[in-house]
Amino acid sequence: MDSVIRGEAYVVGDAIDTDQIIPAEHLVYSLKRPDERRLYGRYAMSGVPASGQGLPQGHVPFTALDSFRSRFTFVVAGTNFGCGSSREHAPFALAEAGARAVIAESYARIFFRNTVDGGFLIPFECIERLISRIQTGDMLELDTVQARLTNEDRGDSFTLRPLGDVARILQAGDVFAYARQAGLIPMAP
Amino acid sequence: MTITEKILASHAGRQRVTPGENIWVDVDILMTHDVCGPPTVDIFKREFGEDARVWDANRVVVMPDHYIFTANHHAHRNVQLLRTFAQEQSLPHFYDVGTPRYKGVCHVALAEEGFNRPGSLLIGTDSHTCTSGAFGMFSTGVGNTDAALIMGTGKIWLRVPDTMRFIFDGALPPYLMAKDLILAVIGDIGCDGATYRAMEFVGEAVYSLSMQERMTLTNMAIEAGGKNGVIAPDEVTVRYVRERTDAPFEEVYSDAGARYYSEHRYDVRTMEPVVAKPHRPDNKAKVSEVAGTRLDRAYVGSCTGGKLEDFEAAARILKGREVVIDTYIVPATTEIGRALHHTMHDDESLHGIFESAGCLMGQASCGACLGGPKDTFGRNMGHEVVISTTNRNFPGRMGSKQASVYLASPLTVAASALSGVITDPRTVLC
Ligand code: SF4
Repeated sequence: MDSVIRGEAYVVGDAIDTDQIIPAEHLVYSLKRPDERRLYGRYAMSGVPASGQGLPQGHVPFTALDSFRSRFTFVVAGTNFGCGSSREHAPFALAEAGARAVIAESYARIFFRNTVDGGFLIPFECIERLISRIQTGDMLELDTVQARLTNEDRGDSFTLRPLGDVARILQAGDVFAYARQAGLIPMAP
Repeated sequence: MTITEKILASHAGRQRVTPGENIWVDVDILMTHDVCGPPTVDIFKREFGEDARVWDANRVVVMPDHYIFTANHHAHRNVQLLRTFAQEQSLPHFYDVGTPRYKGVCHVALAEEGFNRPGSLLIGTDSHTCTSGAFGMFSTGVGNTDAALIMGTGKIWLRVPDTMRFIFDGALPPYLMAKDLILAVIGDIGCDGATYRAMEFVGEAVYSLSMQERMTLTNMAIEAGGKNGVIAPDEVTVRYVRERTDAPFEEVYSDAGARYYSEHRYDVRTMEPVVAKPHRPDNKAKVSEVAGTRLDRAYVGSCTGGKLEDFEAAARILKGREVVIDTYIVPATTEIGRALHHTMHDDESLHGIFESAGCLMGQASCGACLGGPKDTFGRNMGHEVVISTTNRNFPGRMGSKQASVYLASPLTVAASALSGVITDPRTVLC
C-alpha cells in the first residue's frame, strides 16, 4: 500500500450496486486472460445511469469509449457503495481500469471484504458527505497513513476514518500474504 | 449469546465470542457456481499450486445455475472449467448442466439436497447465500479470494456481527407472504440498515411459515446489507432436513439473556401487501398506494420467488383466468420444475394452470433475475415496466438500464399479471 496516492476523482451517488459497477452480462470474461481481463476495465461503472456518471454534471463515462483504462484514480461515492451481489469482479473491474482507492460514506460488507482480501483497492470511509465537496476531475491527494484526503483544486482537506484492522491485510498485499505472514497457511508453492 | 454468536464460537473452537471481534472459523460447506467458481479456482491454483487439492472434497458443493440456457460461449466455457475442476478433484457434489443431476438455483438446491443443517456454517460465492440461515445455521456470501482461501484451508476470517431481532406477531393473513414481511423490513431500515449485522427472525408468524417461505425472509437479508439472516430451528426445520439427509446436526438457540443490537416488532395482522418501487429494494410502498401503475410484463422466479410455494400462490390466482401481459414462469430448480407438473390445485396441475393462463414457461436457473447474456429467457431489453418476485431492482438488474422493476410477492405479481396494472391481491383472492 503506497503511503501517498495522487490523481483525479470520479464522483458518483448513493447505493451504487455491483450491477452498476460491472453489469452481469460482462461477468463471463476470464479474469486471467489478458485479452479478456482488460474488458473489465472497459466496462467498469458502465451500469451507472448516464445522468449519474461523474457528478455533478453526469454523462462522464468512467472509462472512455474504446479504452480499457480510466483516467480516474479515485472513486468518490455516497452511502452503501458496492451493495448487491458478491461478485469480486466489481473491485477487480475498478482496479483493472486503473482506480487505486475508493472514498465512500459507507460500504456494503461483501464489497468491502473483497476489496481488502483481494488487495484490489483501498476502501476509505469519509466522515463528511464528500460527493458534495468534490467534483469529477478534481485533483486529489490521499495520504493513506494519516487517513487524509486533500482536494488540490479547491484547497480543501478532509480527515477520513482510519482503516483499522484491515490495514494489516492491505499492507501485506492480500489475505493470502497476510495469512502466510501470520503463519495461518504455509508459504507460497 | 445469540444463535449467530454461538455458531461462530463453536466453529472458532471457542466458548464465547463478542460482536466486533475478528475470528478465524472452520467452514462446514463451501458452495460456488458458474460465475464465481472459475475465478475462485484460478486464485486457488495461483496460491496453493497447480496440483493442490481442496481441503475436503466432501465439503465443496458446485452448482452451476446463473448462465445456463444461453448460446454465449464464454458462459459455456465457465461451466466447462467447473467440469474439469470437479473431475480433477473428484468432487462428489458437482451438479453438472445437461445431466440428470443438474439442479438450478444454488440456494434452493442446497436446501433440497440436504446441505443446510441446523448449527452448521456455510459460505458461498454468492450474496444470497444468507438464504440458508432459515435452517438455524450461519451462512453468508463472500468473493472469489475468500472462497479460494477456504478451498485451500477450510478457514475464513469473520467479524462477529451484532444481531438485530425482528419479531413478527400474529397469524399471517392469506393475502400476505414472507416476501411482504421482508420488503416491509427493508423499506423500514433501508438497504444499509443491517450492514455488518445479523438479522434474526422470530415470532408466531415466522414459525407458522414453511421452510420455503422462511427462506424468502433470510434470502433478502442481504438487501438490507445484512451479513446473515437466521431463524432458530423448530420441528418444521428438523422434519425438512431429516427428509433430505442423514448427516448429524446440532440445533442451536439464542439464550434468553442474549444481547441484541436492536429489536423491531411487527403485527402481521395489520400489515398490507407491499412492493419495492424502482430502483431500490428499500423503496417501499403499499400495493394499495401504487395500484393501477401500468405494467409491461410479470416475472415469477429466482431464489426468492421461484420456489414451489411461490408458484402455488401464483396458481391460486391464475387458475381459470388469463394474463394480459407477458408473464414469465422460471422454476428455481429442476425439482420444482418437475413438481409443477404433479402438484395440483383443485384438479389441475400448476403447469397446466400457467399454460392455460398464457404464461411463458422457462427452465430451472437464475434466468433473468440478474439480466445475464442477451438471449436469456425473460431478460429486459428496453424500457419495460416489470413486476417481479425477484430480490433486486437496481438499475439494469434484469438486463436493461432503462427498464423499471417493482419487487412484490407472487400473489401480487399474479394479480397484476391478470390486469396489466399493479393490483392488490386482496381484490382478486376469493
Ligand atoms: S436467482 Fe437471482 S438472486 Fe438468486 S442466485 Fe440466481 S441471480 Fe442470484
